[in-house]
Amino acid sequence: MDKRTKILYGALLLVALAAPFVGGYPIFLMKVLCFALFACAFNLLIGFTGLLSFGHAMFFGSAAYFCGHAAKAWGLTPELAVVLGTLGAAIMGYFVGWLAVRRQGIYFAMVTLALSQMVYFICVQAPFTGAEDGLQSVPRGKLLGLISLRDDTAMYYFVLAVFLFGFYVIYRTIHSPFGQVLKSIRENEPRALSLGYDVDKYKLLAFVISAGLAGMAGALKALSLGLASLTDVSWQMSGEVVLMTLLGGMGTILGPFLGAATIITMQNYLSGFGSWVTVIMGITFVVCVLAFRRGIVGEIAYRLKAK
Amino acid sequence: MTEIFGVPIQSLMGQLMIGLVNGSFYAMLSLGLAVIFGMLNVVNFAHGAFYMMGAFFSWLLLKHFEVNYWWSLLLAPLGVATVGVVVEKTMLRWLYQLDHLYGLLLTFGLALIIEGFFRDQYGVSGQPYDLPDIFKGAFDLGFMMLPKYRAWVIVACLSVCLATWFVIERTRLGSYLRAGTENPKLVQAFGINVPLMVTLTYAFGVGLAGLAGVLAAPVYQVNPLMGSNIIIVVFAVVVIGGMGSILGAVVTGLALGLIEGLTKVFYPEASATVVFIIMAIVLLIRPAGLFGREK
Repeated sequence: MDKRTKILYGALLLVALAAPFVGGYPIFLMKVLCFALFACAFNLLIGFTGLLSFGHAMFFGSAAYFCGHAAKAWGLTPELAVVLGTLGAAIMGYFVGWLAVRRQGIYFAMVTLALSQMVYFICVQAPFTGAEDGLQSVPRGKLLGLISLRDDTAMYYFVLAVFLFGFYVIYRTIHSPFGQVLKSIRENEPRALSLGYDVDKYKLLAFVISAGLAGMAGALKALSLGLASLTDVSWQMSGEVVLMTLLGGMGTILGPFLGAATIITMQNYLSGFGSWVTVIMGITFVVCVLAFRRGIVGEIAYRLKAK
Repeated sequence: MTEIFGVPIQSLMGQLMIGLVNGSFYAMLSLGLAVIFGMLNVVNFAHGAFYMMGAFFSWLLLKHFEVNYWWSLLLAPLGVATVGVVVEKTMLRWLYQLDHLYGLLLTFGLALIIEGFFRDQYGVSGQPYDLPDIFKGAFDLGFMMLPKYRAWVIVACLSVCLATWFVIERTRLGSYLRAGTENPKLVQAFGINVPLMVTLTYAFGVGLAGLAGVLAAPVYQVNPLMGSNIIIVVFAVVVIGGMGSILGAVVTGLALGLIEGLTKVFYPEASATVVFIIMAIVLLIRPAGLFGREK
């Protein structure tokens, strides 16, 4: 990390810490953080391993159900509920990844999409998901059994702490020798294979980490908004996270964060427009793919480098 | 009444019939996907949206212009194909040099736009499409009643699939197409207008989806969500069959429709997931798909 990057991260951290006191609406901020973590986890696959998972909502949504059920029916403390959701999603990620890495490229996307649709149908029928109603009024509980998180500001700092942990895991993964191997797989898979790396194993491990962190985001979302619903496991949600990452910049570290913030803000302001939100999201997709493939952060980095 | 494994034969046959109808739509849609993928290397996520568009066009034609079913069968797919030409010329064209993933993402965006538009205009409740008189009623086959329209859908879908197979595998035009799939640069060097062929292939593929939509309109209700509901199943069908072979796509589509129908009879809870479970099994046993070639 050079000095400028350090200053940037420090400034961002200060902004995040001060946000609730300078007029940030805590529920909105929490939502942004949850989706930012989701997008960052997704980016680990598409941006750094070159795998397009079109079914990441299955981890996000299932973990939301796991965590919601654990907090509501079993009365688990929030940190344990989040851990449970994360582990559940990681285990799912292991099996899904184990199936999906058998196919490359475009088929990988279709396999993950199909499996996530299967998870969706299971969630429609499963006894503990509440079907169309979802899991409502999930209690936030007391952190470590001591500190009540009912207050939105307290909850915000809990979410921020978990987010920072997840972000750190991703950052470390990318900048580790393991992350270098992932990048080499993205750049040239046959070559990585011929150098003796067991490519499928690396992909699978990346998939599990990404699924687990996506689950962590979903679990946080269930706690902070008190709701886990079918929307969280739907293919639209999978599409949304792709869009966030694409808009912010695939393969950049801060891009998914910025993309998530932009999309959530957009949805917030456009919620009165009904179906037009879908149309606008679609248009954003098309424009990004046709003219803006580097994304916001990618474009900025490119311009800075060109100077 | 005769029973098989405790299920009355009438209801078993009925479900098999519905399965076959669904299977015909899977076959037609995965055929279109395979043809487009072969030529453009694009997985057309908007395929479901074009299918829905076909159904809506025929419904709109009937409602506002009193165009009957038979004309719809021609006009609606042509309308969809025209939209396809515009999409290919203005957007998809720019993506051929890039990673295949961008094609998927672009068409996903298109699917959202189309679906969102129709949902805004017509809501999410289905619009009924009245059957033409000639298809009302059913054939009595002795052991079951066969609704005339369902019989027609199956016959029509299979004929279209067979005709497509024949054109691609047995005619000169088809040989250009197959050659273009293998090596577009060389084919262009022989003086064949490859970009035009690509445009027409896309138009033809989505036209097929539109035609399936017109056929589906009287069976299901015309609904803005009908496209996204079917496209993911069709993706699973494509993964199972592999996109390499046309007959493979058709056979897989029909077979999966039948299996879905059977599941509805014997274990209805799994009827929505059975296709995906089969996909997982196929991935374990034959990762390249039943008719696919390992690249």
